[in-house]
Amino acid sequence: MSGLGFKVKVYMMKIITINKEDWAKGLERLCDSFRLFGPVKQDEFHNFRQLVKGELPDLNLLNTRLSAKSMVYPQSEKMFEFTLDENRDDHHILKEIHKDYSPKAVIGIRPCDARAFLLVKENFDTPEYKDPYWIKSYEATTWVGYACNTPCSTCFGTTAGCGPFHEQGLDLLLVDAGDYYLLKILTQKGENFLTAAGWSSKADSDAARHEIETLKRAAEEKITARISTDKLKDKKTTELFEAPFWEEVAFACINCGTCTYVCPTCWCFDIQDETIGLSGIRMRNWDSCMYPIFTLHGSGHNPRNTKMQRVRQRFMHKLKYYVDKYGDGIQCVGCGRCIRHCPVNIDIRKVCDLMNNFEA
Amino acid sequence: MLAYIDKIREISRRLLQEGTVDMVMGFRKGTVPMMNEPCFVKTPEDVDTFVWDSNCGINLANYLTNRQEKIGIIAKGCDSRNIVTHIIENKIKRDQLVIIGVPCKGMIDRRKIQALFETEIENVIEADGNITIKGRGLEKTLNKKDVLQDNCALCIHRNPVIYDELAGDLVEEQKDVDRYEDIRKIESLSPEEKWRYFDDLLSSCIRCYACRNACPLCYCPTCFVDESRPQWVGKSIDSIDTRTFHFLRAYHCAGRCTDCGSCERACPMGIKVRLFTKKLEKDCLELFDWEAGMTLEKRPPLDTYRPDDPDDFIK
Ligand code: SF4
Ligand code: SF4
Ligand code: SF4
Ligand code: SF4
Ligand code: SF4
Repeated sequence: MSGLGFKVKVYMMKIITINKEDWAKGLERLCDSFRLFGPVKQDEFHNFRQLVKGELPDLNLLNTRLSAKSMVYPQSEKMFEFTLDENRDDHHILKEIHKDYSPKAVIGIRPCDARAFLLVKENFDTPEYKDPYWIKSYEATTWVGYACNTPCSTCFGTTAGCGPFHEQGLDLLLVDAGDYYLLKILTQKGENFLTAAGWSSKADSDAARHEIETLKRAAEEKITARISTDKLKDKKTTELFEAPFWEEVAFACINCGTCTYVCPTCWCFDIQDETIGLSGIRMRNWDSCMYPIFTLHGSGHNPRNTKMQRVRQRFMHKLKYYVDKYGDGIQCVGCGRCIRHCPVNIDIRKVCDLMNNFEA
Repeated sequence: MLAYIDKIREISRRLLQEGTVDMVMGFRKGTVPMMNEPCFVKTPEDVDTFVWDSNCGINLANYLTNRQEKIGIIAKGCDSRNIVTHIIENKIKRDQLVIIGVPCKGMIDRRKIQALFETEIENVIEADGNITIKGRGLEKTLNKKDVLQDNCALCIHRNPVIYDELAGDLVEEQKDVDRYEDIRKIESLSPEEKWRYFDDLLSSCIRCYACRNACPLCYCPTCFVDESRPQWVGKSIDSIDTRTFHFLRAYHCAGRCTDCGSCERACPMGIKVRLFTKKLEKDCLELFDWEAGMTLEKRPPLDTYRPDDPDDFIK
């Protein structure tokens, strides 16, 4: 642990100034050694996708509509291919599909999404179980964070273990300082990225650090939404589970799953085989505990047969089971997406307070 | 419209006090601008949580499906038509309901409004047919008429078609509305152009099914996309599977859809899913002179047969 602390300290010393013209040139140079991904505006909102050479990430945004989780964990991911043609020796044998794990960089990821990967990692990269696709993809990526000078109105990151300038899970942090960017190098990966970009004008680190600190404080002050999570871990699971408020919380919910699909920390998936003629693939697709078939057994029995049970599962997972299992806070980074996009305005901040303040 | 709220609360309070209903369904104030949350109230003391403004676009008929209680329900024109459809399709009984009709003047489109501004909207105030928007360094007043949901701008049945109580005077219906301009445009495309048009339209669909789940018509215990034996449709975001879902869903809504706009309002990706259902609505009007949910007396065209059908092929 102390080694890690030391490393972080060394890299934190280094801050680079980039004027906005050099920004474009550096990105172009980076295309030779990285696949670049960034937010791009389509229709009325931004989402992440691969940038073609010469294309700039659009940094004029609050946040992307969908989180950055698809950068590591796509909504539909092919795992294996197979043939059903019994004339072939390899029929019915699953064969791994080749995937591109060459270095890539995600530019413009917000600190909440970057920290979310660390929460998800608790599940996909454990001592007993390793998800090869997730891990390889995550490790191939350099995370170039983009600090939020103007956090979204639904953001409650500062009380959800995160914040607009949070650095956990990032290799570099880009700060918009008006006429120029400040780039803070946080890891060795970040250092390599910088070298490939060729940006070299070192900032006066004391002044730059002060500038970032000022912007950070200003941004944090703009966040007015707060949650309390301090009492969650001491609550009895069974009592929360039986709490009388679930019927009312769940009433409006239409079990659409939007909250879980837009969420950077929701990780559930479903594995499916699909065939066309005699050839097939095995893939995994995002799934959601809000869907009735998520828990439908082969026997026809469904242990979470009602809407209330499903809504309760989502909040209990994020705000109680996760808290108890990993001892690392809640399974939420406070990005506010589920609040903005829930069609019926179910608000996790309200539910969190109900749970935290609940007395049986 | 804002003035309805006193009457809504008064009626709801009375119904609960007299024990005529077990609960009243309506809306409470949302936690973000231009959003209200569907809710229920079970005691007379709680009726003050109800609100009414131009952010009540979600169709409350969706919450009635298979309920057993006696229910008071606040119903705009479109909700009332979906209630009619629900009654015809045996999803709720007429005598379980006390319908509190709300003559509607249209709901506003939060995405359309946000798209007009670079800055995030933080506060919205509604008064006298105007919508005042506030955000960081932003203050602007818009005419509500210009920022209605697309379906509300074209609505010709704003008054509830069925009700037991009224929360306000009936409003004048919009006349001379060309409801199908967009559909005629799509109809005139060549097959290749249509294919491309639908591909573009659905390119950002994430198959979350918010559109389906927000729709009062979509109450099947297992939707065809969720069937696994046999599995009719793949579950990835493959464009053919996505299109299959949308086309088939639209056909299942033919002659039943009231163009309430809940589906479109719910879509997190802002996809204009009503274009599909509206085509079928247009066909039903042109072929069968049928508008959904207007009367309890007649069954919808696709679940009925008439011996005097003018078409020969059916005889
Ligand atoms: S987005 Fe809202 S309505 Fe949809 S499943 Fe989540 S909480 Fe329910
Ligand atoms: S639960 Fe909601 S606020 Fe929390 S990380 Fe997920 S989308 Fe963001
Ligand atoms: S909240 Fe639901 S979808 Fe999200 S990770 Fe937990 S169980 Fe999975
Ligand atoms: S398909 Fe859409 S517009 Fe039609 S009734 Fe359903 S939710 Fe309303
Ligand atoms: S709500 Fe929108 S994104 Fe979700 S399935 Fe429907 S059209 Fe697709």
